[in-house]
Amino acid sequence: MSRPRGRIRPARGTLKVHLAQHPRMLVFSLAKLAANPLASLMTVAVIGISIALPTAAYVLLQNARAASSGWDANARISLYLDAVGPKRAAELDAEARRQPGVASVVYLDPDAALAEFRSLSDFGDALDALGENPLPGVLVVQPEPDLQPAEVQALAEALQALEGVDLAQLDVEWVKRLHAILAIIGRSVTVLALLLALAVLLVVGNTIRLDILNRRDEIEVTKLIGASDAFIRRPFLYGGAWYGLLGGALALVLSGVALWLLSGPVADLASLYGSAFRLSLMDPALAGAVLGGSGLLGWVGSWLAVGRHLRRIEPR
Amino acid sequence: MIRFDNVFKRYPGGHEALSAVSFHLPPGSLTFLTGHSGAGKSTLLKLIAAIEKPTRGTLLVDGRNFATLRRRHVPQVRRRMGIVFQDHHLLYDRSVYDNVALPLVIAGLQRRDIGRRVRAALDKVGLLHKERSMPITLSGGEQQRVDIARAVVHRPAILLADEPTGNLDPQLSHEIMRLFVQFNQVGVTVLIASHDVVLIKALGAPVLELAEGRIERRPDDDAGRQP
Repeated sequence: MSRPRGRIRPARGTLKVHLAQHPRMLVFSLAKLAANPLASLMTVAVIGISIALPTAAYVLLQNARAASSGWDANARISLYLDAVGPKRAAELDAEARRQPGVASVVYLDPDAALAEFRSLSDFGDALDALGENPLPGVLVVQPEPDLQPAEVQALAEALQALEGVDLAQLDVEWVKRLHAILAIIGRSVTVLALLLALAVLLVVGNTIRLDILNRRDEIEVTKLIGASDAFIRRPFLYGGAWYGLLGGALALVLSGVALWLLSGPVADLASLYGSAFRLSLMDPALAGAVLGGSGLLGWVGSWLAVGRHLRRIEPR
Repeated sequence: MIRFDNVFKRYPGGHEALSAVSFHLPPGSLTFLTGHSGAGKSTLLKLIAAIEKPTRGTLLVDGRNFATLRRRHVPQVRRRMGIVFQDHHLLYDRSVYDNVALPLVIAGLQRRDIGRRVRAALDKVGLLHKERSMPITLSGGEQQRVDIARAVVHRPAILLADEPTGNLDPQLSHEIMRLFVQFNQVGVTVLIASHDVVLIKALGAPVLELAEGRIERRPDDDAGRQP
């Protein structure tokens, strides 16, 4: 069989061919997006907003966890004393200090407490009308910071048993409730993230589907020229990945701006509580995860669409 | 190179486009495919281009039986062909150069080799100066020549053309046909569907004529077998 000389031999090795084609396709598919800026921007915006919501919620949740993590150990035990004299109060103070796991004890005597209450509230006249001091003496017990919650509980019970202690109040119930609420919010953020990830898949899938239909003629021609399915699929897959990546970048900007807007009021609130807490913004690892995740979502979304629609287009 | 052996093609719905078609086109031959509209010319070309499959019979192209060709092998066999369309399916979103380069990009050639071959092909059809133009700015005849350059840039073993001069005036048609003859002279097997009887006569190449899905005249019947 006589054949013209010098016919094409494909470059050696499929891998080499792929490596040569990929960067070109990457640029080509980005140029395709830029060729239709308005439609591309709309898609990117939808993806960006979808991803920004759970991202910002997640960062806020992390902040709430960080802010409340120290509160367990800081749980103080307030010992409300019976109407004992200052002498017994001093003894109780010493006994409390001897308990294992106690870091410090502060005694608030009823007179000092009353004076403070009078100066901080408008109940001065009402207090005068009472005639006698209604406030009990209080011993504020600070447990060792490395004590486990169960040990703190046991300590409170031991202190309760002391003669002259009316009530030992362990103030951790609200911390427990706060943690339960944070767990619910955390679960909600996860569910929200999953739902919005699904939305991103559908948005990218639909965009790529329309893209495929619009370029039907082109696909037919390239198939006739001998393009493999993989070759035809590639620009669409890259297109989807670009959508996801750009959407992820937009999400970072949006959630960054939202968190920045919140950081001022949060700092104000924290200083009202005498806390130096400041909202910590996006860390690089999370930003990387958001970008990578959204790029992957775009890729998978277009892969789903391409798998379904490309096969149906054959030259006629 | 192309051998039809008792090939039938029936479309869904029952229309029989080809019936008992048998012929052989040897390697390096140039053949015209003629017949009235609806005689089965397009179907025959589609079978060779692996767009359609024979319903019955054997179709050997370049040593492969297309009747049993698997879907995943189709791209491979198409890369050994060049196809020229009547309505030159150019891609209008990219330049002439990029259109012609497409078969080489698909084959995975190096950028340097692509440039060399694309320019050679464009030079061949006389459009080297238009490589940066967008196809839409070209005349019908020029677009057809770009299509031909794309069909031959990867130096295919087989060149198929479906009414390549359908929309062109006689002068241009003649030039296009001369191009096909030149490719045939370097060893490419060429099959051209056309109903331009005058032009076919002028070139004196063997003719395969179809009528209602059957062969009316086969190339072997012609006196001068090769042009």
